[in-house]
Amino acid sequence: MGSATTSAMTTGTTPVTAFARFARWFRRRLVVFAGLLTLGYLLLPNVVVTVFSFNDPKGRFNYAWQGFSADAWRDPCGVSGLCGSLAVSLQIAAWATLGTTVLGTMIAFALARHRFRARGAVNSLIFLPMAMPEVVMAASLLTLFLNMGAQLGFWTILIAHVMFCLSFVVVAVKARVMSMDPRLEEAAQDLYAGPVQTFVRVTLPIAAPGIAAGALLAFALSFDDFIITNFTAGSTVTFPMFVWGSAQRGTPVQINVIGTAMFVVAVVFVLAGTAVANRRKKQQE
Amino acid sequence: MTTVTKKTTNTMTTTRTATDHSGDVRLSGITKTYGSFTAVHPLDLTVPEGSFFALLGASGCGKTTTLRMIAGLEEPTAGTVSLGGQDVSHLPPYKRPVNTVFQSYALFPHLDVFENVAFGLRRRGIRSVRKQVEEMLELVQLGEHARKKPHQLSGGQQQRVAVARALINHPRVLLLDEPLGALDLKLRRQMQLELKRIQTEVGITFIHVTHDQEEAMTMADTVAVMNAGRVEQLGPPAELYENPRTTFVANFLGTSNLLEAEVDAASGDDIVLRAGVSTLVLPRARCSAPATAGGKVLAGVRPEKISLVHADDSGEVPAGRNRITGRIAATSFTGVSTQYVVDSPVCPRFEVYAQNVDRDPRLVPGAEVVLHWNPAHTFGLDAAQDIDAGVGTAEEEALA
Amino acid sequence: MTTTLTEAPPPVASTAQQRTPPRARGRLTPYWLLLPGVLWLLVFFLMPMVYQASTSVQTGSLEEGYQVTWHFATYWDALSEYWPQFVRSVLYAGSATVLCLLLGYPLAYLIAFRAGRWRTLVLILVIAPFFTSFLIRTLAWKTILADGGPVVGALNTLHVLDVTSWLGMTAGDRVLATPLAVVCGLTYNFLPFMILPLYTSLERIDGRLHEAAGDLYATPFTTFRKVTLPLSMPGVVSGTLLTFIPASGDYINADLLGSTDTRMIGNVIQTQFLRILDYPTAAALSFLLMAAILLVVTLYIRKSGTEDLV
Repeated sequence: MGSATTSAMTTGTTPVTAFARFARWFRRRLVVFAGLLTLGYLLLPNVVVTVFSFNDPKGRFNYAWQGFSADAWRDPCGVSGLCGSLAVSLQIAAWATLGTTVLGTMIAFALARHRFRARGAVNSLIFLPMAMPEVVMAASLLTLFLNMGAQLGFWTILIAHVMFCLSFVVVAVKARVMSMDPRLEEAAQDLYAGPVQTFVRVTLPIAAPGIAAGALLAFALSFDDFIITNFTAGSTVTFPMFVWGSAQRGTPVQINVIGTAMFVVAVVFVLAGTAVANRRKKQQE
Repeated sequence: MTTVTKKTTNTMTTTRTATDHSGDVRLSGITKTYGSFTAVHPLDLTVPEGSFFALLGASGCGKTTTLRMIAGLEEPTAGTVSLGGQDVSHLPPYKRPVNTVFQSYALFPHLDVFENVAFGLRRRGIRSVRKQVEEMLELVQLGEHARKKPHQLSGGQQQRVAVARALINHPRVLLLDEPLGALDLKLRRQMQLELKRIQTEVGITFIHVTHDQEEAMTMADTVAVMNAGRVEQLGPPAELYENPRTTFVANFLGTSNLLEAEVDAASGDDIVLRAGVSTLVLPRARCSAPATAGGKVLAGVRPEKISLVHADDSGEVPAGRNRITGRIAATSFTGVSTQYVVDSPVCPRFEVYAQNVDRDPRLVPGAEVVLHWNPAHTFGLDAAQDIDAGVGTAEEEALA
Repeated sequence: MTTTLTEAPPPVASTAQQRTPPRARGRLTPYWLLLPGVLWLLVFFLMPMVYQASTSVQTGSLEEGYQVTWHFATYWDALSEYWPQFVRSVLYAGSATVLCLLLGYPLAYLIAFRAGRWRTLVLILVIAPFFTSFLIRTLAWKTILADGGPVVGALNTLHVLDVTSWLGMTAGDRVLATPLAVVCGLTYNFLPFMILPLYTSLERIDGRLHEAAGDLYATPFTTFRKVTLPLSMPGVVSGTLLTFIPASGDYINADLLGSTDTRMIGNVIQTQFLRILDYPTAAALSFLLMAAILLVVTLYIRKSGTEDLV
């Protein structure tokens, strides 16, 4: 299994010189180097965000390195409105996750476990929001809210977030439920579990990883959403909106602090989770 | 319909006596259709209490559907299912005193072995399950694996958990849906004996669905051969094998040599047949088709009943044997026996299995031979049937 | 982590799915399960589309209110005024998609076949940037591509900027506020959406296929072209869609990294809706964008033959 993308140049034989050997070594690993470069491209901004969280900017913008300072880390809430917006975002994300997980799981079960007429139509309705640029959904939702004379704010953001996260939860849960052996539920029924018990004791525990994945995805999507929120927020400020606003007026270092902290917490969380899962797997073997 | 003698030992269900028919599984006129497709044609079947009953057939023959209707996982389109005299046709599966060992086991992946086995007891509200579960795990020899998850077990162990999980509930009937299909040949043989042992020990009625004719014959007291939604024949394995009544059964259960013959004379206990230049004798009792002089029947004989001699020694064939001449087309040596394929004017591919006692070096492809067998081993079938019904279905199934 | 969108039906324990799902005891059960979620989507996704369609053919003003007058001219006016932004959106999103594919494929291949025990770690690193708000990360590009910074300096020394200048993608020795910066930002933002579906479909390829191809006299390159690439097509298709669709409607990269000359259709819609408050034009533009996307997606899916994306 050689490096597939690269060996197009393997024509003819080369005399075995040190250079040729190096060239061959390099060519075999070209795909690895290319991949690592892409990884670098992906991670570079995170490095910059982290480094610049220790900057000591002279002006309003935090785009050029001036000098080291840990002030922002000592006082992450030192900028007015920053931590407030963070709280709003967390609240909305939590409620949106709860809502989408419940509604999405219900739809996923209906699609994966039942045959009914409107199936095709429902599938399309689930697919469309994912195939639609956010700005289109945002603009049309705003049109609806304006027409209904709704007060823009927390509730309109929440409504919008549940709407655009729903499909992702449905897809995640459905994949899991579809891959579940239907005989497991039959076995439960055969072993004296009624419909409710079958669901609680067998179906739900087995579908749980899919539901958890869907919920995590919904949380991440909701927490980080800017475009749809920007249209439906009115005067409510979420964290991404705060960042956007500061990009126009001046970027406080605290933004980088929050960004870095989020990154570190999440990575540690994921790594710990993976380690635990690995250990459990090893123990079982 | 069934003529199976009952077991007199019934260790776990002592309240029911051996002669009491209350534990029988009775299907009457049970039918299942999906749209225009009929999976199971109206079927009447009685499985006596305590017996080991096998439903044998190729995939799609309706055997699994029948099993699922007994379990309550499939609702019959018509007809009734009764267990020990009680009509359970409209009870959901969780209210039937029946448990199933599913194909590929359907063990709950999120529960360990102990909890899998305890599942049924807990659902019925039984609090202290520990002792029962441990005993049951002991019965299937899995005591030390109680805290493992199903995916950590081997195929054979998983299979035993599935059996234990069902048996612990003391069901009236245990249904087994291709329980050994996922195991390799050697393990399958071992588990066949194991299941048979457990059945004898607990005395519960087992209904076993399989496509493997050897498995069915090894384990069951009674075998029902199903084909295209109907039971073709039902009886003890030896009877089915020795005296098949349809070409499907003859071909599906082991191998049969079938040849079309004209009835020469049908008088007394024997029917005299003419096939080409040969004259064959068939006991009337072993002919399931109406035989009148001038009519046609299919005469059949199993490959291992036939003796093979070189044409030069044809004089050694004793009188009163059915005999046919032919030429060896192929031979294959299998160790215990040698299998010959013989081309004969009356039947193109006659199979003969000969024990490797004294091997005649002249019996090589191309040699002219005489086949002969005891007329009592001949069976007669209705010539209106497809002569090749059931050929190859068992092998295809095994490969799938 | 949006790959779930594109995963084909997952591999299933051999015989598990041969049978239809167990029938529901109640015929109405699926409808009760669907009701709240579907209602939500009907009211807050489909109905807004209808409202928007109606708004796009209304005339009037903010003060006097709007009336449906079937004023289709709005579409014509919007198109004739904003076609450069439309074309730009397609160009930028298209370039970003191609770049994502070129950059993403080696990394996906690396994770699937070459990473060994590092696989999980690399996957986490691909997803990790998601954990920081994407606006903050996009702002970081302002620093990276800053005038006179090391990146721009290096590109200048290597005369890359001369080439891109000639192509009209950069101006002078600046990268920031040029099309190149916007495409670079778009590529960066949607790269994981390309890598993850690619990885999912590559990961499903049996490694023995490579050996079999090699055994049958295929060079590594031929193996890639004839075996790996065709088998990874579902990933390529869904990755392309997942990148192109959001990129074409994006206005954040154009706003933060570009200039007034790099405005995309998303910027126009946003401005019309939130600043100029010309609702009919904004609605018409958004409707046109939606129609264009649906058309492209339908054609693309039809052509590439991947029907079950959900």
